[in-house]
Order: sequence, then C-alpha cells, then structure tokens
Amino acid sequence: MSVHPNKASQPHAELAQQFNKDEDRVNWHDETLWWIRQKRDKAAWSVPEWEWLRQTASDIKAHVLSNMHDLLTQFEAQALANGASVHWAADAAEHNAIVHRILQENKVQQIVKSKSMLTEECGLNEYLHEHGIDVVDTDLGERIVQLAGETPSHIVLPCIHWKKEEIGELFHQHLHTPKGNADPQYLTGAARIHLREKFLTRNVAITGVNFAIAETGEVVVCTNEGNADMGTHLADVHIACMGIEKLIPQRQHLGVFTRLLARSATGQPITTYTSHFRKPAPGRQLHIVLVDNGRSRQLGREAFRNSLKCIRCGACMNTCPVYRRSGGHSYKYAISGPIGSILAPNLDMRKHADLPFASTLCGSCTNVCPVKIDIHEQLYQWRQELYKEGLAPKGKAVSMKMAGWLLGKPALYRLAGKAARTVLRLSPFVVKNSLNPWYKQREMPAPPKQSFSEWYAKNKKA
Amino acid sequence: MRVALFVPCYVDQFYPQVAIATMQVLEKLGCTVEFPPNQTCCGQPMANSGFEDQQAGCNRVIVDAFRGYDYIVGPSGSCVLHIKQHLNHEDETTAAQIRSRVYEFTEFLTDVLKVKTIDARFPHRVGLHQSCHGQRGLHLSQMSELVAEPFSKPEQLLHMVEGLQLARLDRKDECCGFGGTFCVFEESVSAKMGKDRVADHERQGVEVITGADMSCLMHLEGILKRQQSPIKVMHIAEILNGA
Ligand code: SF4
Repeated sequence: MSVHPNKASQPHAELAQQFNKDEDRVNWHDETLWWIRQKRDKAAWSVPEWEWLRQTASDIKAHVLSNMHDLLTQFEAQALANGASVHWAADAAEHNAIVHRILQENKVQQIVKSKSMLTEECGLNEYLHEHGIDVVDTDLGERIVQLAGETPSHIVLPCIHWKKEEIGELFHQHLHTPKGNADPQYLTGAARIHLREKFLTRNVAITGVNFAIAETGEVVVCTNEGNADMGTHLADVHIACMGIEKLIPQRQHLGVFTRLLARSATGQPITTYTSHFRKPAPGRQLHIVLVDNGRSRQLGREAFRNSLKCIRCGACMNTCPVYRRSGGHSYKYAISGPIGSILAPNLDMRKHADLPFASTLCGSCTNVCPVKIDIHEQLYQWRQELYKEGLAPKGKAVSMKMAGWLLGKPALYRLAGKAARTVLRLSPFVVKNSLNPWYKQREMPAPPKQSFSEWYAKNKKA
Repeated sequence: MRVALFVPCYVDQFYPQVAIATMQVLEKLGCTVEFPPNQTCCGQPMANSGFEDQQAGCNRVIVDAFRGYDYIVGPSGSCVLHIKQHLNHEDETTAAQIRSRVYEFTEFLTDVLKVKTIDARFPHRVGLHQSCHGQRGLHLSQMSELVAEPFSKPEQLLHMVEGLQLARLDRKDECCGFGGTFCVFEESVSAKMGKDRVADHERQGVEVITGADMSCLMHLEGILKRQQSPIKVMHIAEILNGA
C-alpha cells in the first residue's frame, strides 16, 4: 500500500510504474479483475437479448440527458408529494454543507454511510471529519479502506487491491481479531459484529442512489450486503445523495438497468438487495440531495455528454488492461479507470490532464459498457481538447510538430529516411540506452538494409 | 483492378519484407498493384497524442498519393482505421473516396477478393495476435465483449494454409499494450501488457506469433528478443505468401 490515494501528485505513468515494481502483485491484481470480467461475460451470454438491452439502456439514458430539466422537476415534485425533502447542490461544497446542516439540525455527531461514489467524489468523509462528525462506512470493502486511511481503488470493489492476509492484519490492528487469521468468512463475521454495533447506535444513515425514478419520486439503491437497508431502517433520518444523472423516467424502465447492472459489475444476475425508498416512515425523515458538481457542464460538452449515462457498474475498469496493471489509485480520482479518465478532466482539466493518455484506446471499455458509452472515443477527444487548451505535455508538443511537419513532405521524408532513418531518430526507437523508455524492456527492430520504398524503386519501377 | 499499396512509415523503414509480401500476395491473387511513392504516414501518432491539427500534412500527402485508385490496401489495421476515421481534406470528394476504398490486407482478401483457397504451406504452430484497432475498429473479427456470433477474417485465411496449426489463447483479444506513443509514455504498463501477451502465446507452445498489424508485432518482437525467446513474429501476409 505504498501510494496514498488522492494525495499523490505524480502523473499516472509514474504511479503505474511504482505499482509495477511488484510484478507478482500486478499479476494477482490483473487476474483477480480478469476473473470478474469472465464472470461478466458468462452472465451476459446467459441473456440472449443482451445487446438489445444495452442499446435500450443507452437510448433511455439519451432521453434522460435530453430532458434533464423536465425530469428533474417532475422527480422533485413527486418526491415532495411523497413527503421527502429535496435539496439542490451546485457543487461538492454545497453538497457537503447541506449534509452537515441536516446533521446539525438533528444534533447528530455519528452516522453510518453505505456505498456512494458521489460522496467520495465530493470528499464528504473528510469534510465531515473536519467538522467533528464520525462517519462509518458500512460497505465491507469501503470499511476496509476507511480503516486503512485510504479511499476506494475501484467503484464496485473498493478494496480489490487488498489481499486477504493484509485484511487479516488490518482487522487484527483495528478490530482485534487474532493475528494471522485471514479466513474471509471469519473476517467478515468480525466486521459484521463491529458494524452491528454502529448500525444500532447511529441515528442518521447516508446512502447513495443507483436510480431515481422521475415518475414516482422514489430512489433505488442496489447493494449486496444489505447494509444500506440496515442503516436506513435503524435510523430516523435517511439522507440519499445522488448525481442528477441518476434519473430514469419511469419505473418500467428500471428492469432494463437492473438486468444490466449486476451482470456487468460482478456477473451476478441481480444485486442481492434492490431497495426502493419512496416516502419516510411516520416520524422519520427522508432527504434527497441532488448534486450537479460539473454534470451540467459535461452535458454541454457535445463530445462528452454521453459519459453521463454511466451507471457505475465498474465493468470498464475490470476489462481495462491498463487499469488492471496500474491499480485504481494511479488515477488519483474517486472514479478510476476509463470512465474516471473522462469524468475527471471535466472537473479539473489541468489536474487530470494525464488521465486521457493512460489508455491504448483498445476500445474494450466501450464494448463492455452496459449503456454503450463511447469511452475510448472520448479519451481520444479529451486528448485533442487538452492540446487545444495548452495542457499537452511540452516535449510531446515539439516532437509531434516536427514529425507532423516532416511527414507532410514526402521527398524530405524519404531523404531523411535514407540518411540513416533520421525520421525514426526523432522517435524513441533508435537510442540504445536506459533513458529510452522503449529500450528498457524491449529490443529495437533490426534496421533493414533498405526501406521498402528503396526496394520498390530498384526492383519494381519499370 | 488497380490497387494502391499503402505502406505505413514504420513498415517502410523497419519491415520492408512485410510490404513485399503484401504486394506479392495481392499480385498472385490477380491485382495490379502500384506503390505510389509519395506516401509517409497516416497521421495517427500525432492525432492520438492530441495533435490532430498536426496531421494536416499527412492528410495532404495521402490525398495526393491515393487519388483515383479502385482500392487502397495496407498491412496495418491501425493505420487503415485511422485513415477511415480521420482523413480530412478540403477536397472532400477525394477524401471520402479514399476513406471508403481503403482496406486492411486481410479484410480485402476475405471481403473484396473473396478468397476461398490460398496456395501456401506453413507447417508450424502459430498464435494469432488480434490487434484492437483491427478488431474493435475495423471488425476483422468478433470481439469477446459482445454477445454476438464469433467470426475472424485473419483466422479464416490462416485455416487455408496447409500444415498451419492455430493455437487457442487464454485471452484471445487482450491488448498488447503498444498503443502508439503509449508505449513510451506509459512504459511500465505497456511493457507489462506485452510481456503478458507473450506469456500467453508461450503457454500455448507457439513457434510464431502472427497478426494483421505490424505495430503490435513490433512491440511483441521487442519483448521476445529481449527475453531471447525462440518465438518469432511474422505478419500474416508473410505466411500467406508461402513463407
Ligand atoms: S462507463 Fe459504462 S462500463 Fe464503465 S462504470 Fe460506467 S456504465 Fe459501467
């Protein structure tokens, strides 16, 4: 656990290089995630209409993105009619302040929270901690990274980078389990007892939202551990935090997404719990916080608006050959992997200028994505944007300009090639030393006696 | 049928034998092949790095070189895809014509020439590296992500070669990590991806790794050579040319 997530300022490539120092660990990380990708494949193949479902989900979300205003106001009106309180937050700071205010109004210092990538995005835990409020994450994976002082490295599998022996050690330190016990069932049991006490004593529960139905004003939360339900049922106050893109128009559309979500995420047919929260029980409160935080800006960027279709299944991470070999923390953003690399630059282009380059543009992400986001095309587009904004790496700009200039002049190019392959001198292939990144782990192609153009001129031209 | 040979810059400079094999296979199959001499590069290295506007020179060169041919065929899926998707020129009629007439070598054989038999013998155990841009971009084969009927144009051709034994890989379409400038800017991940691909082929006991994209093969070759592996890389055109 050498890299502290979200604190590091090095570019992705450097953090990835650190991750790669322990090759056995990289292999283990890669294989663990690839196994999940394979489970996803099996689950997808069990649904003959899979591709139709993906298209339908993508179309429903396209409709949502084109009718945001109407659907949001419809949702708000329904939720208010149901007796929920609705709050609007323009950005992370407003979101955090709203949550804090609700806690103050209820005179609460200790709360439980089930998984919510939105609150990670907004840095809610840190903010509340600074304001003297104790937050316990009740999702097992999130609790593990929380005890370790980290943030999740994966949106569905927050502690996927932890081995069970390491979790055993962590629990030994924090939950006083016997040293050396790394039996997952035992450790889960220990976490259960530890969390049970929190559930029983805390009166406010925060949850994320997977889907918000405009027609009914209800929010839907999908979990495998039932921790969202346990938290909310035992608390008088439920705060549900959601990005505004979580909307779907009607309840009849939900099935399209629940059929895709768990299959894409973990290969399960459906999450263990799919809970609908519509109205507060008598005497209790249901708060829904609707958060923009850059979403309407992204909606306005033609090339990137589709990224708002994301249902946070994590499939693009599991399939990404770069993610599997660089680890979630190398992305330095709450949402890592391919989709994170599109969302993060929207919030802060300069800070995240390295992310769109952390990809080979292989396109696997685009094709596993259950809502058919053209992820790799958007990574390509971000590269163009970053260059236009003057945020491209300096050395790169100079060499690309030279290459572009030379390659636009065939005669000169041929001359250069002939004069000992000068063009390729500009590229990294020719220098045989440790400063040449190509040469570190690869040999260079053996230069042939003549280029094809030369061969053709000699042998073919009649 | 007048076919222009599109030879990407790195193939021209480092792998002339691949361009020669491509040309000879096409000639054996009855095409009149010409190599327009004034060609350089598809512009992909610039564009994929975010410098799309720096590719204007390449676009001009491509339009001038390939104007008027029935087909344009190249031994590199990635470069062909780049032309198909990004060729841009004020002479839009010609640019559009080129975009629609440019083919990757194997798809040209299966889809345009509709090749049913090939006179080639290659008694070796071969692993096929399925390059991403060829597969997910040009649909040379079905990708493992989709719930859809499998097919593979390169495999279809390799099955026609006498004596060739095609190995099954554990991960049949995982990226090799070349990725253009990715291979140097993200050196550690790129090399690791390449090593993992090579290891898969090794587990299947292949003698030769082939593919329809020489850039991926160049990357894999670099790793194989560093590991002093006896496994060779060969472009699929070299195998189909009788080798
Ligand atoms: S971008 Fe697609 S694959 Fe990635 S997390 Fe979002 S919905 Fe899932």
